[in-house]
Amino acid sequence: MATVLKSENIKKKFFQPTEFEVLKGLDFEVMEGEFFSITGKSGCGKSTLLYILSTMDTDYEGTLHIKGEQLTGKKQNVLSAFRNEHLGFVFQFHFLLPEFTALKNVMLPALKLGRYSEEEIEHRAIEKLRMVGMDEFALKHANKLSGGQQQRVAIARALVNDPAIIMGDEPTGNLDKANSMMVFDIFKQLAKENNQTIITVTHDLDFANGSDRIMEMEDGKILEIAPPKEASPYL
Amino acid sequence: MNWKLAFNIAVTHLLTKKKQSIVAMLGVTFGISMFIIMISFMTGVNEFTEDMAMDNTPHIHIYKPLEIKDEKIIEANRSIGEDDWYVVTHQKPKNELSKIKNGLTLMQRLERMPEVKGVAPQLSTQVFYNNGPVKIPGNIYGIDVQRQAELFSLDKKMDVGDLNDLLKGSDVIIMGKGLAKTMGVHVGDRVNATTPEGGNINLKVVGIFSFGIASMDQTQSYAKLATVQKMMLKDPSYVTDLNVKMKDVNKAKALAQSLANQDGDLKFEDWEAANQSLLAGTQIRNIMTFVVCFTLLVVAGFGIYNIMNMNIINKMKDIAILKATGFQGSDVTGIFMLQSVMIGIAGAFLGLFIGFFFSFLLSRTPFPAGEFFRIDTFPVNFNPVHYIIGIFFGFLTTLFAGWFPSRKAAKVDPVAIIRG
Repeated sequence: MATVLKSENIKKKFFQPTEFEVLKGLDFEVMEGEFFSITGKSGCGKSTLLYILSTMDTDYEGTLHIKGEQLTGKKQNVLSAFRNEHLGFVFQFHFLLPEFTALKNVMLPALKLGRYSEEEIEHRAIEKLRMVGMDEFALKHANKLSGGQQQRVAIARALVNDPAIIMGDEPTGNLDKANSMMVFDIFKQLAKENNQTIITVTHDLDFANGSDRIMEMEDGKILEIAPPKEASPYL
Repeated sequence: MNWKLAFNIAVTHLLTKKKQSIVAMLGVTFGISMFIIMISFMTGVNEFTEDMAMDNTPHIHIYKPLEIKDEKIIEANRSIGEDDWYVVTHQKPKNELSKIKNGLTLMQRLERMPEVKGVAPQLSTQVFYNNGPVKIPGNIYGIDVQRQAELFSLDKKMDVGDLNDLLKGSDVIIMGKGLAKTMGVHVGDRVNATTPEGGNINLKVVGIFSFGIASMDQTQSYAKLATVQKMMLKDPSYVTDLNVKMKDVNKAKALAQSLANQDGDLKFEDWEAANQSLLAGTQIRNIMTFVVCFTLLVVAGFGIYNIMNMNIINKMKDIAILKATGFQGSDVTGIFMLQSVMIGIAGAFLGLFIGFFFSFLLSRTPFPAGEFFRIDTFPVNFNPVHYIIGIFFGFLTTLFAGWFPSRKAAKVDPVAIIRG
């Protein structure tokens, strides 16, 4: 299996309120088609790490490679284009654009990429919505959907450009058991069938135990990277 | 940058916040409509006063000035040696005729010039109108009726009677409205006039005119050239003034200058020199109009700026999502700039329409101008250029007002928003 993401000695400092090193030099690799979970207590820096991996946070030391390309030091516009094409995000809070329909929300990143015609994008977006079981709500406005429904639409949005990596920041943090299980199943399927890489930060141990490998963090350092030791009820 | 997508998003944003969009738009609408109303009215007034003055103002007024020559008479005598000295106290002007030498030839020469529209000869004399025992001072102008009508539209200033009636008799005049009123004269009555040289003549009033300028309407009368020449006991080539109208007003000054260089004996006065106070008034009004309109547009611009700023603060989360999913700073700027510009264009067009509507109403509103003014509604100028300026400025202010908030939106750090 090929390496899709490589982190070399990534360090980050916060200067507010006082100088504080959140990440103290992280080295790890994530493989293609891998379901990779990052866990740890609050404040251990796991979310901070995810935003560095997502290329949105550029203020760090060390280097980041995704798909063999060095992204550290690249310009914002280049990174935006890269995110658009190769990365998908699912956040803890659903973060859909409330003025738009579910379908339009899913279509927007694809329209931005402009790889396909508008009809084709619509077709693909409906396909992604069907995959998360939301196709019948396609024309509903985002703010009319329930939390779980919104999260599924957000996943469809993350998938629309067929990204190499899908990143989730506590994607089930705000969901009940049934919805969490559904999100988990979708991620699992993506990794297994589409060979897409999943990287999630999570508190949910059951969720993490269902993944291929778990990276446990403490105080800005990697404690251990290993396959789960307990069986997950999600599987 | 994908303009179609940006436009799509911008329109959706505007339509979901209809009330806010309309309020922002009305700011521009108000600014532009006030601009149109103000400028239409102000330029209307300017044009009216200018027309009123310019209609009977020649572009170049040629006359023979009565002035004391610097050259002392005694100086002409070359036999005086350099060491001699002389004193002349209280030198008087020569008894010169105020006649323009070869006036009619000069007139024909001027009329052949391509930039000259026409020349009207004039002969003026002071008179006393005898109204019973009271003598009222005034002027009688001898004119070439046809030229005066053509160049100074005197025929359009007639209140009673017809200008051409002047041609039908010999001792006939038309009289200013104010003067006729003071004398209690009506068309068909006869008046006596006395010239400074002592001549007395009995004249028949065949018409009443009014310029709308009290000082003229209360002192002036017009007659044929021949009538006034007869009154003054002068020959038929005797004219004292030549009034030139140019095809292009702005060339008057240059022509007056070059004519003055050719002929030092005559005075060539261009209209700008003669109407400086009027021009200053026009200029001040123009400046005021533009200052007020500019202020209105700036206020409208601040309105848009505020609303766009609020809009962007409300949309922080959306901006963060767009950027997280791969939209660039320039895309975000584009989305918000488009919103601002759409508000601006829609507001400006509505403003033009409302501005036109109200200036139209104003142009139909009766204006109690008193008996001297020749208008009965407010003077309003419908100049398409003002409407183009309105659109242009509406567009420009929204562009500026939208630019700063949009730049701010482009700089939103998605991480800070998404992490909360």
